[in-house]
Amino acid sequence: MPLDVLIVDDSAAIRKILHRVLVQADVPLGNVHEASDGNEALERLKVDKVGLILSDINMPNMDGIEFLSRLKANDAFKLVPILMVTTEGSQAKVMQALALGAAGYVKKPFTAEQIKEKLTGLI
Amino acid sequence: MTDNVQQEDIVTAVGTAAQAVFSTMLNLPLELGAAHHDATEPDSFDGVVALVGVAGSWTGGGRISCSPRFACRLAESLLMSPYESVNEDVLDAVAEVANMIIGNVKTFFEERLGPLGLSVPTVIFGRNYRTRSSGVQKWTVVPFRCGDEAMEVRFCLMPARNHTAPASHADLVQTL
Repeated sequence: MPLDVLIVDDSAAIRKILHRVLVQADVPLGNVHEASDGNEALERLKVDKVGLILSDINMPNMDGIEFLSRLKANDAFKLVPILMVTTEGSQAKVMQALALGAAGYVKKPFTAEQIKEKLTGLI
Repeated sequence: MTDNVQQEDIVTAVGTAAQAVFSTMLNLPLELGAAHHDATEPDSFDGVVALVGVAGSWTGGGRISCSPRFACRLAESLLMSPYESVNEDVLDAVAEVANMIIGNVKTFFEERLGPLGLSVPTVIFGRNYRTRSSGVQKWTVVPFRCGDEAMEVRFCLMPARNHTAPASHADLVQTL
């Protein structure tokens, strides 16, 4: 069954790279939606249901940590796996994201293999 | 520099971060040049500059500069599409490269300085412009070569007088 995915990152370059990696990883992709911050992502999710979210942390307007906590507080989305893909590498942020319910964490720069490996257990 | 942040530490952190980004995401060779201090700002830039601020109990930031041609090459390698001139994709690619390099340098120093924040990157492209970062007394300048092209990373970090959010650099650019 095709998997609809939401990629949340303020960098269009990273959104494009992650889309490419998903294709390379042989993920059975359906629609791939994009958002440039947490606010836009929440708006997008009102319209488009997805089965996987890849999100940055350091973004303007609403960062990935707040986006993650709002998502996990919403019954409609709390079971959607969220993989954090971010430059933010401090141990405190990693622990915070995992405590809030992130399914995994990949630090930039990343290889396609690292993303594939994290996705294996999620989809 | 202070005991907590020595120039050698900055050079090590910048070199390691840049090498990781270039080998992992760009698949481009990168050669580290001779690092030095610079207490002055360059008179003018022609090309692409990306700035990322760092803030917390220590404050400062990083700046990456390169030619338009090398910026296009970075974008080609990152996005796997050809670019003959600087456009939004190219600027976004340079901004992301700066974000990853400076972000990893920030993470390196967080281990000894405590939590630090990172601004979103600001990227500038033009001719004959000057950038100025308020309060910076001394940059550590780390030059790199990638084939026949050059890239320079400048970084500074100093104790904060007041803890503030990372500043945008957009208002610090002066067109000459």
